[in-house]
Amino acid sequence: MRKNLLFLIVIGVGLIFIGRLFYLQIYESNYATLSDNNAIKVVYDYPQRGYVYDRNGLLMVANQPSYDVMVIPKDTKPLDTLEFCQLLNIEPIEFNKAMGRARRYSPRLPSVVVGQLTKGEFAGLSEKLHKYPGFYIQKRSLRDYQVDHSANVLGYISEVNDYTIKENPEYEMGELIGTAGIEKQYEEVLRGTKGTKYIQKDNYNRDIGPYKDGQFDVLPQRGQDITLTIDAALQAYGESLMVNKRGGIVALEPQTGEILSLVAAPNYDPALLVGRQRSKNFTKLYYDTIAKPLFDRVLQGEYPPGSPFKTLTALIGLEEEVINTKEHISCYGSYNYGGAKPMGCHEHKTPLSMTSGIAYSCNSYFATVYRRTIDKYETPQEGIERWRQHLRSFGLGDYLGYDLPAGNKGLIPDAEFYNRYYQYPKYKWYTPATISNAIGQGEVLLTPMQMVHFTSVIANRGHFYKPHIIKKIEGGTTIPEQYTIRHNTTIDPKHFEPVIQGMAEVYQYGTAASPDIGIKGIEICGKTGTAENYMRIDGERVQLTDHSVFIAFAPKDDPKISIAVFVENGYWGSRWAGRIAGLMIEQYLTGTITRKDMEAYVLNGSLMNEYEKPYTGQPFKINQ
Amino acid sequence: MGYRAGKVKIDWWIILLYGLLVGFGWLNIYSASLSGQGNGFFNMEQIYGKQLLWIVLSIVLIIFVLALDTKFYERFASLIYIGSLLSLLGLFVFGETINGATSWYHFGPASLQPSEFAKAATALALGKYIGDIQTNMRELKHQWRALLIIAIPALIIIPQPDPGSALVYAAFIFPLYREGLNYLFLTLALSLAALFVGTLVIGTQGMIIGIAMLLLLYFFWQKKNRHRIIWPRYIISGLFALGLVFCVHYIFNSVFEQRHRDRFNLVLGKTVDNNSIGYNTHQSEIAIGSGRWFGKGWLQGTQTKGNFVPEQHTDYIFSTIGEEWGFVGSVLLVIVFMSLVLRILFRAERQKSVFGRVYGYSVASIIFFHFMVNVGMVIGIFPTVGIPLPFLSYGGSGLWGFTVLLFIFVKMDSANYINR
Repeated sequence: MRKNLLFLIVIGVGLIFIGRLFYLQIYESNYATLSDNNAIKVVYDYPQRGYVYDRNGLLMVANQPSYDVMVIPKDTKPLDTLEFCQLLNIEPIEFNKAMGRARRYSPRLPSVVVGQLTKGEFAGLSEKLHKYPGFYIQKRSLRDYQVDHSANVLGYISEVNDYTIKENPEYEMGELIGTAGIEKQYEEVLRGTKGTKYIQKDNYNRDIGPYKDGQFDVLPQRGQDITLTIDAALQAYGESLMVNKRGGIVALEPQTGEILSLVAAPNYDPALLVGRQRSKNFTKLYYDTIAKPLFDRVLQGEYPPGSPFKTLTALIGLEEEVINTKEHISCYGSYNYGGAKPMGCHEHKTPLSMTSGIAYSCNSYFATVYRRTIDKYETPQEGIERWRQHLRSFGLGDYLGYDLPAGNKGLIPDAEFYNRYYQYPKYKWYTPATISNAIGQGEVLLTPMQMVHFTSVIANRGHFYKPHIIKKIEGGTTIPEQYTIRHNTTIDPKHFEPVIQGMAEVYQYGTAASPDIGIKGIEICGKTGTAENYMRIDGERVQLTDHSVFIAFAPKDDPKISIAVFVENGYWGSRWAGRIAGLMIEQYLTGTITRKDMEAYVLNGSLMNEYEKPYTGQPFKINQ
Repeated sequence: MGYRAGKVKIDWWIILLYGLLVGFGWLNIYSASLSGQGNGFFNMEQIYGKQLLWIVLSIVLIIFVLALDTKFYERFASLIYIGSLLSLLGLFVFGETINGATSWYHFGPASLQPSEFAKAATALALGKYIGDIQTNMRELKHQWRALLIIAIPALIIIPQPDPGSALVYAAFIFPLYREGLNYLFLTLALSLAALFVGTLVIGTQGMIIGIAMLLLLYFFWQKKNRHRIIWPRYIISGLFALGLVFCVHYIFNSVFEQRHRDRFNLVLGKTVDNNSIGYNTHQSEIAIGSGRWFGKGWLQGTQTKGNFVPEQHTDYIFSTIGEEWGFVGSVLLVIVFMSLVLRILFRAERQKSVFGRVYGYSVASIIFFHFMVNVGMVIGIFPTVGIPLPFLSYGGSGLWGFTVLLFIFVKMDSANYINR
C-alpha cells in the first residue's frame, strides 16, 4: 500500500482531468460560441438597395444617404447633457430614454441614439461629435421616392423585428428589411449582399487585425435594380381619379398578365414612411381604422362581385350546353325560385338572348342559366362542384400567384360549404338555395384583382398568364418562369365570342349606354355591377349604399388593357366605376382625355358624405 | 529505449518526456506571447525569445548537473539545504518585489527566484536525513524532524508572500509516507481537508448529522463483527471532528482573506462570477472549451491571440494548449505528464540507496503536485493558486529549478545502472 498510494493518486487525478477536459471541450458546446463572441467582431458594410423603375423606364424609387448617431454605452464619459441635446436637436428626456434603452440592450454593442438625420443635420454634428467619446455616426441608405403615389405597390422598409431575426438569422438587430409591397416581395433582389468583415479583438475590445487574414470576409454587393410592369403615369392618374373615394382600380395587360396599374384608395405618400417622422406617420396610418389606408383594397378586399360575375355564369352555361346563343328567355320583372321573396330584376325589354341578357344585365336570364347548370347533375352537390371546377380553372377562389405579398383567396363555395351550412344530410338543400351565385351576390366573394383577372381571361378568349408586377430584374434576362406559362380554362374558346359581344353591347344599348361612358373610336367591352352590401352598426345589420363595380377591356379584338374598378358605396355601376374605367382606358390607349367635363366631374366627385353616414349615429337613406 | 545508449547509461525515457514537455511548452509560449509580426525566434525583446534562451541555458545546466559525481549530492546535501535556506532568508534583505511578492534576486538584466531551487535542496536534505543509518522513520521523533526539514523553507516562503510556492511543500507528505510516516498523519490531513470542504459545501448542520451517522455506522459495524470499541479514541475523534466543523466557519470567515474565500466559493459553485474574480477561470474555460476535438490549430486560438486569459504564458499556459490543440492535444499532454511522474516513481523504487529513493520520490511528488494544482486551476476544478506548470510555463527560474531537480535524479539513477 505504501508503494502504490502515489501511483494510484496520479492515475486518479489524470482520469479526473481527462474527464473534465471531455466535459469542457466535447460535451459542453457553448464555449465555442462564447469564444467567438469574445474575440471576433463582425463589421457589416451595407450596400445600396436596388432602384425601382416603371415599365417605361421612369425612376420611381432611389436612395438617399442618412446618418444615425450611435452610442456604445460603456465607452461614454460623463457629458453635459443639455449641450449635447442641443447639438442633436432633441429633448433631454428623449435622450435619456434612448440612452437607457441602449444600456439595457447592451453596454458593449452599438445602439441608435438619434436615427435618420439629414445631410444638413449631419454636417453640423460631425465636427463636434469627436468631443463625446462613445458616440459616432453611422451612414445608412434610405429610400428616396421620386413619385408621391403607388405606396400600396412599392411598400416600405423598416427595421427587422425579433421574429424575423429568429427566422432569418442573416439579419441583425437594427437592419432594414422590406416589410410590404415589392420591397418585401423582391427583398432578396433589392437588398444586395451585405459585406462582412471579421475582426480579431483583444481583451480590451481593440481591433488587432483581420481574423484569419480575412479569408471569411465578404465584399458588399449592390442590390439589383428592378423594373415593374406598372405604368407610373396611369397609376398617378388613377390615384387622382380616386381622390375622396374608397375602393380601387386594377388594370392588366391581358395578353401578358402584366399589372399596369394597382390603385388602392385612400392611399398615402410613400415618403411619409421614411426618415425621422416615420414612426409617427406610421402610427397615424395604422390607427385609421375607418379609411384604412394601409389596407390594400384591390388585393385584400373581398367583395361580392355583383353583375360582372354574370359573364362567368354565361360561359359555364355554354360549356355545359344548358343554353345556346339563340335561345330567348323571358323576364317578368323578377325571378321566382320558390324563395320567400322572388329575385328582383329591373325594367328592360323581354325576352332576351345571351348577348342582350348581358347588355341589360337581366337577373332572371342568368338565374335560369345557373339553375340549369347545377340541375344538369343528379344532386346539387355534384352540380356545385362542377360549377366550381370551371371557376377554379380561371384561378378564382385561390391566390392568383402574383408577385405581391398581400392578397386573399376570395371565396368560391363548394358542396361541402353548403352541406355544412345547411347541416346536410339532416336537412337537404337544392339549387335555389344558392341561386344568388348566378348574379354574383350569393356566397361568392372576389377581390378586385380577381375581377380584373377574369376579365383578362375573357379578353384572351380563354387563356391567361398569371398576373405579375415584375418586368425585369437587373442582370437577368427573363422574369420568373411561372409568369411565362400559358394557362387554359375549361371553357372552349368558341364560347367567349357571344359573351364578348354582349359586353360590347353593354356600351351600345345596355347598362352603360350613356354617351359619356364610352370612348369614340375605341371598341370597349364592359360589364356594370351594383353590389349590395351591409355593415354592422350597434349589432344590427344595416344595408349601405351599393358598391359601384365595373369591368372592361379594350380594344375588343386586340385587347391591350383590361380593368376592374371598384368604388365603395358608389351606387350603380356606370355612375362612378364605369366612368373611371373609361377614363383610364382612354388615358392608357391614347394618352389624352377627350371628354374634359366628364373627367372634371370624376376628379371633383366626392363620396365622403356617403362614408360618414354610418358614423353619424342617425338613421340614413341609401342609394340616393 | 534501453538503459544502455552508447556509453552514457541514463534513463532515456525521462529525457524524452522532458524534451517533449519543454519543446511543446515553448511552442505554446510562442503562441501565447506572439503579438503582431514576430521578428524571429531569438528576439530577446519578446517572451518567446527569452524562453528559448532559458531552454538553451538549461542544456548547459543539465551537462553541469550530470558532470558532477553522484556522491557530491549526498555529501553536500545538508550544505546545499542550508545555503538554500540562507538564500530564501536573504530575500528579506536583498530581494526584489515583483507582483507584490518579494521572491526574486536581481542580477543585471535577469531575476532569479530561489524558492524554485529550494525544492530540490529540501528533497536532497530529506533524502539524506531519512537515508541516514541512524534515522528510523518508524519513530515519532524522527518523523517530526523530517517534517521540520520540510516545514522550514515553507515557513520562510509564506511571508514573502508566496503561499502558492509554500503549498508545494505539502507534496513531501508522499515520500514521508512511503518511508513509514504514521498513516495517522495522512488520515488526519485528508480528514481535515474533507471536513473543511464538506462544511463549506453542506453547512455545519449537515456535517454534524453526517458525522453522527458515521460514528453510529462505525459503532454498529464493530458490534456486528464483535470488535471492541476503544471508547476514549472513539469519543475523542468524534468530538475533534465536531469541534473542527465549528471552527471551519471561523477560519473561513476570519482567518481567510476575501480573495481566498472568493476562490473557494467559485470552485465550489457557490458564486458565479465571470467578470472580476472569476474572470481568469471563466476565460480559461472558454479558451479550452472552444478547442473542441482537435483545437483551432497552432497560432490560431482567438482567445490566445486576443489575450483574454491573463498570465497565459505563465500559470495559464494549459489554456493555450486546450484552445489550439483541442481535446486530443490536452489529453496527450496529461498522459505525457502522468508518464513522466510514473516513470520517475518506477525508477525511484529501483534505487539501491534510501537517499536515492526518497529523492526520486520527492521529485515525482513535486512535479505531480505542481501539475495537479496548476491544471486543476486552469480547468476550473481547483481554487486559484499561482504556481507554474513544470517545464511548460514561461520563466527561467522555474524551468531551471525543475531541470536541476529532475536531472540530479537522472544522475543518481545512472549511477545505479553502473553499479548493477
